[in-house]
Amino acid sequence: MNKKKLTIGTILINSYFTIFSLCFLLPFLFVIAISFSNENYVMQHGYQLFPKQLDLAAYAYVFKNPQQILASYKVTILFSVGGTLLSMLVMTLMAYPLSRPDYRYRKQITFFMFFTMLFSGGLIPSYIWINRYLHLGNTIWVYILPYAVNAFHIIIIRTFFQGLPLSLVESAKIDGARELRVFFQIILPLSKPVLATIAMLTLLARWNDWNTALIYIKSKDLYSLQYLLQRTLMEAQFIKDMAQSSPVAGVTFDGVNTPLETIKFAMCIVAAGPMIVIFPFFQKYFARGLTVGAVKG
Amino acid sequence: MKLNAATTKNASLNIKHHSKGRIRYFLDNLELSMLVIPGILCFLIFNYVPMFGVIIAFKDYKNNLGILKSDWVGLKNFEFFFTSQDAWRITRNTLGYGIMFILLGIICSVTVALLLYEIKNKAAIKAYQTSMILPNFLSWVIVGYITYILLEPNLGLINQGIKFFGKEGINWYSETKYWPYILSVTNIWKTVGMGCIMYYAALLGTDAQLYEAATVDGANKLQQAIHISIPALIPLMTIMTILNVGNIIRGDFGLFYQISRDIGILYPATDIIDTYVYRGLRLGDNIGITAAVGLFQSAVGMVLVIMTNLIVRKISPENSLF
Repeated sequence: MNKKKLTIGTILINSYFTIFSLCFLLPFLFVIAISFSNENYVMQHGYQLFPKQLDLAAYAYVFKNPQQILASYKVTILFSVGGTLLSMLVMTLMAYPLSRPDYRYRKQITFFMFFTMLFSGGLIPSYIWINRYLHLGNTIWVYILPYAVNAFHIIIIRTFFQGLPLSLVESAKIDGARELRVFFQIILPLSKPVLATIAMLTLLARWNDWNTALIYIKSKDLYSLQYLLQRTLMEAQFIKDMAQSSPVAGVTFDGVNTPLETIKFAMCIVAAGPMIVIFPFFQKYFARGLTVGAVKG
Repeated sequence: MKLNAATTKNASLNIKHHSKGRIRYFLDNLELSMLVIPGILCFLIFNYVPMFGVIIAFKDYKNNLGILKSDWVGLKNFEFFFTSQDAWRITRNTLGYGIMFILLGIICSVTVALLLYEIKNKAAIKAYQTSMILPNFLSWVIVGYITYILLEPNLGLINQGIKFFGKEGINWYSETKYWPYILSVTNIWKTVGMGCIMYYAALLGTDAQLYEAATVDGANKLQQAIHISIPALIPLMTIMTILNVGNIIRGDFGLFYQISRDIGILYPATDIIDTYVYRGLRLGDNIGITAAVGLFQSAVGMVLVIMTNLIVRKISPENSLF
């Protein structure tokens, strides 16, 4: 029935969606195109989707000084993967007792956890506490520990655990298994869907973290990739403005040769490109994360 | 038979439970409590301690004295903030953008979902969904690169277009009047894909027979959308709106900080509570007042979430948070 109706309507809707999709895809193509463009050409003609000649100067510059990018990659991978694993361990361990109807402090602990979704101290007290008293500022731990638990995610995991038959737990306990063993050998293997969803959400949030670095990190070795990109975008602009407005005599400044504009975009491709390509393959987990309904406390 | 056996087994377990008495029960709970401890510690250290830090809002915080030794000043910090011009500006911006984003988000997501529902080609649906979900994976920093490509005054695409028609380019990063539109479009661009997928999933759940019956009765696509699809989506729309209203006082720091590049001239249109608090922290000279603003935001946020949840519980209990 649908095949026959290649009507004007279908064509209209499909062309609408083609244009609509381009609104999401074209920006990426522009970033790629600019990164491969010739600096002078860009400065004369503005950003172009089809660069007149291929120019790898920006990439050459990026790869000539790879220390910063490599350091940021190392830090970001470390705290993203490490942080996600730690987070999943702590959150699932906490969700399991809360899913057990026979656990005595279930209600109290659920409320204790849930209250953090309602009220928070705000940025200032957290900053002073973490920086001044815990001394976590300017260490890699500040990317990991403050984000280790998320009440909403724990509730989602707990709700999934509640859906597993309680008789599994009971029979395992009759066979003499302790709680920790029940948890690792029975509950976790059965919960792969929810674990994958929450792990992907956590990983994405960690990977895209730039504001932690903005607030807590001083040394460049500890910059996360996203924060490095932010500095590149803002600071290259700053340098360029300086070079244009006030060329100070006596200061050697190779702003003339450095492809300041295209380099930002080459950085963007090198630093963010790989994950932007990888994440969409896992989109089903993210879409699933949206529809985990019925998460009552 | 099997079922019966299981019940007996359960019953015997319960009896055993009772007869073996409290020790067993206590041990079980002890073991489970051990599992909860790491999580509880995290919440205590990183959520609860800072909650007590809100006393900074009532103190004249001095960095060399620390939280406890700084002087109490009562409500002075609040007084100072609420009598300043900033109070109105950032509250208005936060709430104004919040409301606008909720409305635009619903309208755009639902419209796109309705249109997507009309497409029957599986591969096409997948392709469209994948492209519109892409921004969801980007940080605001990367989105900042993209808006920069569009808005950069000399090289940017929009000014290229304007100049192509022989007009003067616009200096986007210094004119406040365009920013409500820029921020709204950017926010929609980043969020519409996920919203659309959610509403589309709800549409797939509607009864196909309704559409068949409507077609038999001669209803066209538009009539079907108005009389079947939209009513089917209304519960979800209501819930999403109410839940979002609860968060209306909490702005998206990344959007307002990265996209406007933290440019001072734009503050009248781009400054929200979250960016204001961040700036207060960075400047560091009025920590007490900044903490007061944060507390104001948290308190209003809590009241809003509780109120909206009460409403949700009335309308559709299964969607309420608590």
